[in-house]
Amino acid sequence: MAQLSCKKLCLGYDGHEIVHNLNFSVEKGDYFCIVGENGSGKTTLMKTILGLQPAFKGKVETGDNLKNNGIGYLPQQTRVQRDFPASVWEIVLSGCQNKGKFHPFYNKKDKALAEESIKKMGIEDLKKRCYRELSGGQQQRVLLARALCAASDILLLDEPVTGLDPKVTEELYRLILEINKKYNITIIMISHDIQAAVKYADKILHIGEKNFFGTKEEYLNSEISKSFAREVIK
Amino acid sequence: MTDIISNLSLYLTYPFVWYAVIVGVLIALCSSLLGVTLVLKRFSFIGDGLSHVAFGAIAIASVINLTNNIFFVLVITVICAVLLLRTGSNTKIKGDASIAMISVGALAIGYLIMNVFSTSSNLSGDVCSTLFGSTSILTLTGVEVWVCAALSVIVVALFIIFYNKIFAVTFDESFAEAVGTRSKLYNLLIAVIIAVIIVAAMNLVGSLLISALVIFPALSAMRVFKSFKSVTVCAACISVVCALFGILISIVFAAPVGSTIVAVDIVVFFIFMIIGKARGASK
Ligand SMILES: Nc1ncnc2c1ncn2[C@@H]1O[C@H](COP(=O)(O)OP(=O)(O)OP(=O)(O)O)[C@@H](O)[C@H]1O
Ligand SMILES: [Mg+2]
Repeated sequence: MAQLSCKKLCLGYDGHEIVHNLNFSVEKGDYFCIVGENGSGKTTLMKTILGLQPAFKGKVETGDNLKNNGIGYLPQQTRVQRDFPASVWEIVLSGCQNKGKFHPFYNKKDKALAEESIKKMGIEDLKKRCYRELSGGQQQRVLLARALCAASDILLLDEPVTGLDPKVTEELYRLILEINKKYNITIIMISHDIQAAVKYADKILHIGEKNFFGTKEEYLNSEISKSFAREVIK
Repeated sequence: MTDIISNLSLYLTYPFVWYAVIVGVLIALCSSLLGVTLVLKRFSFIGDGLSHVAFGAIAIASVINLTNNIFFVLVITVICAVLLLRTGSNTKIKGDASIAMISVGALAIGYLIMNVFSTSSNLSGDVCSTLFGSTSILTLTGVEVWVCAALSVIVVALFIIFYNKIFAVTFDESFAEAVGTRSKLYNLLIAVIIAVIIVAAMNLVGSLLISALVIFPALSAMRVFKSFKSVTVCAACISVVCALFGILISIVFAAPVGSTIVAVDIVVFFIFMIIGKARGASK
């Protein structure tokens, strides 16, 4: 059974439907990209997957091999107040929220997990720094490390490379690919970087007037990709 | 100078002065803990609104002559905290407007009730002391001291137990919720704790000055410290020291307790602002 699947999913706000009849499924270890124009409902879909927002119709089904505490999330815009005093260590550690059981304090296992995520992201030297004094790219890595703490099975990323320079972008993609291949964590990523999506993804979901779901090769040969990203893909 | 010291040591031989100092310090400690959360979550207006509600509740309690009016005020304020949070999270009703309505309404009705029904001979004195705090901190009864101490212990315990959750919910609510923290529940908890703090602090600084007691230490600490833990610890220390000095100064110079504490808080804020600037410049 698929790790995550949606059948006839309809999404929207206040009785106004935005996404209609969405069907797709994600297997364990997939690198899954969601593309589409601004406002097509990609972030909304991600929120529904996370259970932050109810669907109009249909539902998101999770397979038995997905424990309900294995999803990590990197939001599109973290509306963190500009002045928030928090060290990198505190933020990464806050990714270790145990679902279900109530643990008021972080234990050794949580701390080890946070250390490991920090190492994976290569931000050991930032550990004691104050989050609000970091650059955008560094902040993004910190948030990714936090998401990793929560992501034992699936990592959801909403436009992770927005505002990053080409070099850092490339590095972040490399890190994400490594997480995917080395640790066998499913990646579900929203991206406007269609070139990268085509380069790294196994499967692609296009949300728009017409929805498309299929493998990368199928997508490249489809009508939708030809009209949506004609200029970008060589 | 020696005058002041001998004066002070004389005062400190009375147990009621010790009561006042202990209660004042405990209240200052609790009210500083949630300061960072309050400032950053834009909850400070809820704190303001609630203090006005507490004023209205006190007016009602004093008119119907309740003996244990602190419990009555506590219940009313907690209920209002829950209601305000509900409307605040509902985007359809303007949260700010409803809070303004409730708080100003409570203020007006509280004053009206006091004016019409009060049998007290010194009405404006009563009103003034409820709003700005009074020397009533020096006339605390044993029961009131115990209630205040108990409330403080509860607040500090709740804060320590839920410290990590409060951090997660304050820093990034949607992430916290996505990874399974019940952020609505914790927002509710924060609102209830605020209500408890406000009721506890009414005696010390009065309902109009509570926000200052909550916000100033956190703002001062944030000028200098960079992590949530250090800011919280520093804010608690600042608040306790300021309350201690404020109370002692007010006793010696017979100044109003609440406003003296707030004045000390303001001075400390400027000191920390300068330290923060100096640190930034020296980097
Ligand atoms: N909280 C909300 N209430 C009402 N409508 C909303 C809300 N959030 C988003 N929308 C609307 O839903 C639609 C889809 O929004 P969504 O954020 O999912 O788009 P998106 O595909 O992520 O776009 P982008 O590429 O710009 O991030 C938009 O038309 C938006 O205006
Ligand atoms: Mg989006």
